[in-house]
Amino acid sequence: MSVTYIEAIREAQEKLLRDDERVFLYGQDIAAFGGAFKATKGLSEEFPGRVFDSPISEDAMIGLAVGAAIEGMRPIVEMQFADFSSIGFNQIVNQAATHFYRTGVPIPLTVRLPSGGTPGSGPFHSQSMEGLYAQYPGLVVVTPATVSDAYHMLVGAVGLSDPVLFCEHKFLYRWLKAKAIDKEGLPIGRARIARPGKHATVVTYSAMVHEAVRAADRLQADGWEIEVVDLRSVKPLDLDTVLASVARTGRLLALGEAFPWGGVTAEVVARVVEEGFHLLDAPPRRLNARDTPVPYHPRLWAAHRPTPESVCEALRKLLSL
Amino acid sequence: MPVVDESALKTAGGAEGDFLCATYRAMMTARILEDKLSSLYKAGKIVGGVYLGKGQEAVSAVLGTALIQGKDCFAPLIRDQAGRTAFGEPLLDCTRTYLGSVKGPMRGRDGNIHRGRPEKGMPAMISHLGAQVPLVAGILFAKRLKGKLEGCVGATSVGDGATSTGAFHEGLNVAAVERLPMVVVVADNQFAYSTPTDRQYACEDLAQRAAGYGVQGHRVDGTDLMACAKVICGAVKAAREGGGPQMVVAKLLRLSGHGEHDDGSYVPQVAKEGRFGRDCIEVGRQQLVDGGYATKEQVGEWHSEISQEVQRAVAQAQQEPGPDPYQEVWNALSTEFPGPECV
Repeated sequence: MSVTYIEAIREAQEKLLRDDERVFLYGQDIAAFGGAFKATKGLSEEFPGRVFDSPISEDAMIGLAVGAAIEGMRPIVEMQFADFSSIGFNQIVNQAATHFYRTGVPIPLTVRLPSGGTPGSGPFHSQSMEGLYAQYPGLVVVTPATVSDAYHMLVGAVGLSDPVLFCEHKFLYRWLKAKAIDKEGLPIGRARIARPGKHATVVTYSAMVHEAVRAADRLQADGWEIEVVDLRSVKPLDLDTVLASVARTGRLLALGEAFPWGGVTAEVVARVVEEGFHLLDAPPRRLNARDTPVPYHPRLWAAHRPTPESVCEALRKLLSL
Repeated sequence: MPVVDESALKTAGGAEGDFLCATYRAMMTARILEDKLSSLYKAGKIVGGVYLGKGQEAVSAVLGTALIQGKDCFAPLIRDQAGRTAFGEPLLDCTRTYLGSVKGPMRGRDGNIHRGRPEKGMPAMISHLGAQVPLVAGILFAKRLKGKLEGCVGATSVGDGATSTGAFHEGLNVAAVERLPMVVVVADNQFAYSTPTDRQYACEDLAQRAAGYGVQGHRVDGTDLMACAKVICGAVKAAREGGGPQMVVAKLLRLSGHGEHDDGSYVPQVAKEGRFGRDCIEVGRQQLVDGGYATKEQVGEWHSEISQEVQRAVAQAQQEPGPDPYQEVWNALSTEFPGPECV
């Protein structure tokens, strides 16, 4: 028996619907059809009147969910692809994110963003938007990298009384399997050491955790022990765990799949330099996707995002300094 | 302002006296309050903008009076002082927000017309036009899920400019798909800031669009209190009784600039002298008196009473402290995550 990342997301939603009558699901093609990725398969039959197909109206989907949250519900909105949340951007960053600070009334809203690239998906079905949302006050942004985190962090996200962007990676949906979901998970806001090491730290999140671990395994053959920190949530950012790792290794590579200008990796480097400059034995490095739209062709795509090869190369440079 | 009950919505060849008088008092309150706000702004006592509903009081107040606070929800927009008052918003919420009192609902965190009490059915508007349309749909959607929608209405106001936004389209469409008891009142005041309607839309009348959404459309002369009462109350009643979303397009003219920083000099004289250039406050008073709903003396007494209420609300807010940056809780999340370096 095994459970995939997408099955964990489905199971979390099933549990949430079962345990909390305030929860409902809203999104395109998610009811009888079960969602473009089948994250809601069977849920509309199991929970009649709780799972709704929406029109293709991302602004209205978020706007409606914010209204429902004001009224005491805990909506989970499925964006069919993270990329399309740009149409709902205004409602997310201006309506949902400002609401608690302005009015004192919190917005318990979870927006699921099927994120990141897969071969052949092209510029508009591949984006990683966590950095964009993390820039705005009033939002929690989580990026689970494991099957158990996909489950527990979704349950945790819906339990928070604030708007959460749940960035789930499409590449992990069916590829990533676990024997079972762990009984308990770490809380949102805590990073974890995905792989211990002592010569350099890779701080990353989501699908890139797995690429980093692959790269670390390859460098093991050369005698390098690379530590991989999985941020789990990019906002809040668990700087304590990051700094503790950098204190052990003295070297930092911040790795992400998003576009290179600004974003999570820039934030990690800036904060480590600001708070832990004395811990660094070499200038910190960043590795991100390239500064072009995400290309369609699998060969271009594979060269656009960081890969175990490019992570190894970046680490070798870092270790040579 | 007493909450008007459903019996006040009954229209029989004209609207009920109590309803009309309550509505007119809200109109008058808005006008007197906004004249005061304008003076305070010009005296440098208000930081940020001041936005008036001058010329839109009849439309706004009728909608606010037709709704029931505690049951319905009302998402006002920029020119809805009259509707806010009619719905039950205390004057202090307005003066405290404009004057930056820490005791107001927004506590200095937001200003002027960007205020509300979402827990009392009045969401606080954001500046992005059309955004409240799906939000109100969501409040109604949630009420349905909770089994508490029966007899409720959700309403919001927009201007002609907001009808050009994607949010307006998406929101009205989803309200229609869900057949929610929603009333969208479009105050077509001929100018979106300085842009005239011939640069805003190409249809003959915005009410034509209702059919395309599958919602009931209504047209009304927004300067005519009696007509507004009849049409808007009718729309609210239809929504309340299960008729699905209603879209009311009220034709009128904005009798001020976009805000008090704007003299509105681009509004041509012909529009001011035209059919919709008349002042709904004047028209409404005449209608109340002619219809025997109130005497001139009564209306005069209301004016004195309201002027005193406004004075008190302004004076109190002016005496109250503003927010203290050193006491401010600088937290945009309700969740407290552990660790000082967390966020």
